[in-house]
Amino acid sequence: MKITVNVWRQKNASSKGRLEKYQVDHVSPDMSFLEMLDTLNQQLMAKGEVPIAFDHDCREGICGSCGVVINGLAHGGQLATTTCQLHMRKFKDGDNITVEPWRANAFPVIKDLMVDRGSFDRIIQAGGFISAHTGSAPDANGTPIPKENADLAFEGAQCIGCGACVAACPNASAMLFTSAKVGHLGLLPQGQPERQQRVLKMVAQMDTEGFGGCTNIGECTAACPKEIGLHFISRLNRDLLGATLRGGSTVD
Amino acid sequence: MAAAMTLYRSTIGKKAIMAVTGVILYGFVIVHMIGNLKIFEGPKGFNEYSHFLRVVGEPALPAGTILWLIRIVLTVALILHVSAAIQLTRIDSAGRPVAYKKVKRKQASFASMTLRWGGTAIFFFVIYHLMHFTIGTVHPQFIEGEPYHNVVSGFQLQPLMAGVYLLAVAALGTHLYHGVWSATQTLGLNNRRNDKLFRGLAVLSGIGLFVGFAAIPVVVLLGIIK
Amino acid sequence: MTTEIKPQVDVRLPVEYTDARVNANIPAGPIEQKWSKHKFEMKLVNPSNRRKYTVIVVGTGLAGGAAAATMAEMGYSVKAFCYQDSARRAHSIAAQGGINGAKNYRNDGDSVYRLFYDTIKGGDFRAREANVYRLAELSVNIIDQCVAQGVPFAREYSGYLDNRSFGGAQVSRTFYARGQTGQQLMLGAYQALSRQVAAGNVDLNERTEMLDVIVIDGRARGIVTRDMVTGKIESHLADAVVLATGGYSNVFYLSTNAKGCNVTATWRAHKRGAFFANPCYTQIHPTCIPVSGDHQSKLTLMSESLRNDGRVWVPLKAGDPRSPDKIPEDERDYYLERRYPSYGNLAPRDISSRAAKIVCDEGRGVGPGGLGVYLDFTAAIKRLGESTVRERYGNLFDMYERITGENPYKGPMRIYPAVHYTMGGLWVDYNLMSTIPGLFVGGEANFSDHGANRLGASALMQGLADGYFVLPATISNYLAQGGLEKVDTTHSAVQEAVQSVTALTQKFLDIKGTRTVDSFHRELGKIMWEYCGMSRTDEGLRYALQRIPELRQQFWTDLRVLGSGDDLNQELEKAGRVADFIELGELMCLDALERAESCGGHFREESQTPDGEALRNDDDYCYVAAWEHTGEPSKAVLHRETLHFENIHLAQRSYK
Repeated sequence: MKITVNVWRQKNASSKGRLEKYQVDHVSPDMSFLEMLDTLNQQLMAKGEVPIAFDHDCREGICGSCGVVINGLAHGGQLATTTCQLHMRKFKDGDNITVEPWRANAFPVIKDLMVDRGSFDRIIQAGGFISAHTGSAPDANGTPIPKENADLAFEGAQCIGCGACVAACPNASAMLFTSAKVGHLGLLPQGQPERQQRVLKMVAQMDTEGFGGCTNIGECTAACPKEIGLHFISRLNRDLLGATLRGGSTVD
Repeated sequence: MAAAMTLYRSTIGKKAIMAVTGVILYGFVIVHMIGNLKIFEGPKGFNEYSHFLRVVGEPALPAGTILWLIRIVLTVALILHVSAAIQLTRIDSAGRPVAYKKVKRKQASFASMTLRWGGTAIFFFVIYHLMHFTIGTVHPQFIEGEPYHNVVSGFQLQPLMAGVYLLAVAALGTHLYHGVWSATQTLGLNNRRNDKLFRGLAVLSGIGLFVGFAAIPVVVLLGIIK
Repeated sequence: MTTEIKPQVDVRLPVEYTDARVNANIPAGPIEQKWSKHKFEMKLVNPSNRRKYTVIVVGTGLAGGAAAATMAEMGYSVKAFCYQDSARRAHSIAAQGGINGAKNYRNDGDSVYRLFYDTIKGGDFRAREANVYRLAELSVNIIDQCVAQGVPFAREYSGYLDNRSFGGAQVSRTFYARGQTGQQLMLGAYQALSRQVAAGNVDLNERTEMLDVIVIDGRARGIVTRDMVTGKIESHLADAVVLATGGYSNVFYLSTNAKGCNVTATWRAHKRGAFFANPCYTQIHPTCIPVSGDHQSKLTLMSESLRNDGRVWVPLKAGDPRSPDKIPEDERDYYLERRYPSYGNLAPRDISSRAAKIVCDEGRGVGPGGLGVYLDFTAAIKRLGESTVRERYGNLFDMYERITGENPYKGPMRIYPAVHYTMGGLWVDYNLMSTIPGLFVGGEANFSDHGANRLGASALMQGLADGYFVLPATISNYLAQGGLEKVDTTHSAVQEAVQSVTALTQKFLDIKGTRTVDSFHRELGKIMWEYCGMSRTDEGLRYALQRIPELRQQFWTDLRVLGSGDDLNQELEKAGRVADFIELGELMCLDALERAESCGGHFREESQTPDGEALRNDDDYCYVAAWEHTGEPSKAVLHRETLHFENIHLAQRSYK
């Protein structure tokens, strides 16, 4: 196949970028999207041009490194699929593909298709943990947890932190990301002691980072490669409103 | 108070304010629509209902107390709803300073993407609507205390304005089609089991209110009500 | 299923090699008491003094993340580094299957001793008993710790933790979180680390690559890093350095490792004096999706659990062109069931992988290039129904379809072995300290616990044991012994290290040849896979030892790296890594050549039983091969650490 790509090129954070058009010959339908970019890069280097920078690592859909907006859709729009698992057989010979980085105030572009997602780390640092000192743990079976709770907590815990939810949201909101962690920890008995403070701190950090607000549109969940549901956002809202009314205290 | 301020400062808090005030306004439009439909009972029934609204609470309370209380609550709700919306819109557009060259949507409904535009349209319509039927300043034949006459003649004399009313209530229906569900989501009432119920309620509200409100200009224009 | 342990007829004590440079410092006493006794005997650092000590941790996966978080909790000043954009993305996240813990929650006869025994045996008697026992002992604490952190392990309806049997183990001791156990444990460690970052106890540096170790007065006192965004080369000083930088499977170019996984941190430490142990021990995983073409950039693993219900086969006739559904039963060879009647399709990883290679070498492989075998679920779908199969393996089937475009419910999957894990790594003693005092190594980066073959669900266990429990204790002991002079960045050794990294970085840019980094990496990978892959011969290894230096020569004269060193330059990053892989590749071949026996993942064709199974030679090779760098990989000096089996008798593995 022959494919034309319009790729966002930007030298560094402070420079202005633009879309550049390239033709990629010899695209195999068995290539992943990133392998198509690899091929393009080899082609560029052969001509003495600087290759396109993009984040990627595990290339099996779990590390959350990769992610670009392909023809207007985060990760290309295939259900439950990260960019690295998207394959070229989903495209046709002669297709014209626009490739852009995640766009959000809280995800500044570093170079080409790479963005800085440090804001996600800072949201977790604000409270996305259970303070269990190493060595302080009781026996793992000491507290039975209803399977339903554990399963639902797992659903939230699956988040890979790729940022597709922010990229797809018309407001660049980080609610799905934040709610997935709040939901995961809040559904477990171990997470209860810090539950009120956790949600208050994480939401405050999320707002500080400059993400937009949630207008319950649902693009996030449609783009999420782990299909994390909007009900996590409702759960976050419930937790936050409750915690606020209680002044962040665990007792009434 | 401290809790309220914290809440107000966060995006979710502002949204909660929008949700609560939205529910108040939603309650109002439902009652308003039911009241409007009394027009099918003829001039006597409709005018009596209108009069009732003005005297309700009397003589236990001074004249117009309840009416003004309702007006104050609604006005405060509207101001909070609109001001939170403006603040959130600013935050949201600051969330993405550089736009995508190419954008597609996978799931977003027309209603959810046009919530702000619809809301703005409804806001200006409400002002016009008050000047039209409550104060009467833009009504060519306004008669104080004769609402039946005002409604019927208002639409008969200015059929184009009846068209504007239809558009406005369509905007209202669309607004609620997403807004009602969105409010329950924002207030954290939704979960995996009841989500369909709230979605259903929102759809029903959107369609029901549109039909209920749109019925009046339509029947006037068709000459069913004179 | 039964495991028969057939003791060798002639069990002799191995030859004792004494080499003071590789003294394992194993505490005396019965194996059950070594660790607790050692913990008591180790020195402690007063809590109020801990802040004065700086510990550098490179890598934020299970071992590094856990070690950094735990030492920060204890009060040390920790500086952590990772090349990824977030600490959460370390490759531990990709582990699928599970983590072993000798909890015996199933009352099925499991115990610390049994896990110890299984690990030693699974490692084909090439691991250190004392380390492995400690690992089994700590496995219990790891599960507790992770649950306390909120790791959502699978549970039963009772609310208690679920367990499964994994990788052919006879007991159900594997804890899991669907197919994403590594991710969940990783996030647990990452969250613990994040908490310490917020508390100001950890200075976390992402997108920062370690390029050298600073050794002052014979001790590791810091590292040199390059900021991958700005290109800035900097030194960081500390009282102890931990490397938890993972394995080196990417020496094969194609592996199941993440693209960024590399050997640079450990290799540069090796060049500064840390011995590299057993580099030839690599694990090949039997169930990966085969290569689809020259564009292939990495291989994807599919959970071993597929072999529970899938049947592996190839056509009886070589070069059979028919599609699988056209091949009748009696013209199929279910070779695992044929060769290993009792274990069948569940035979251990090294054995299944080698069996696949053998049938493909006979020309009976399927799919493009004949490098694949069928994994067939037809019988399972008939027996259990499609919905049950979907329930068990749905996500794996979906992944297979996404990657290959073929529907595995309709026809058999094609699978082929791929490099997956490396048991070798920097040599460490019982305290996980390398031959450079003050340089500690944890997780896959060290060589210590898996011998010549790692059991399923043991990698996560080892990473966390090292990180949460072993390193914090042994590093405290090291620091408490004192003798660490104050150093600053003006020290000549610091200057020299920074300068050498700067010069090396520039050197890549200055070659200005014609070939890309990837082209060299692919070529190296082909050599390694061909001659130092699933099976190795004296002749092939000697050939590779000729080819690799030639490739290295070409690399240093014909490499082309565009761009500059002063900003983000992914080609430049890769150039440094591939330069190290080429050198490591040579050492691996040397080690594989030197070890003229077969054991675990290391199969020498010259050393096999009449029916083609791996044949160990305990008389001559019952040792750890620790290589000392002396300037050139080919001139590396071998130091032998003799392995003593005092608790478990040496025996031939058998899965017949």
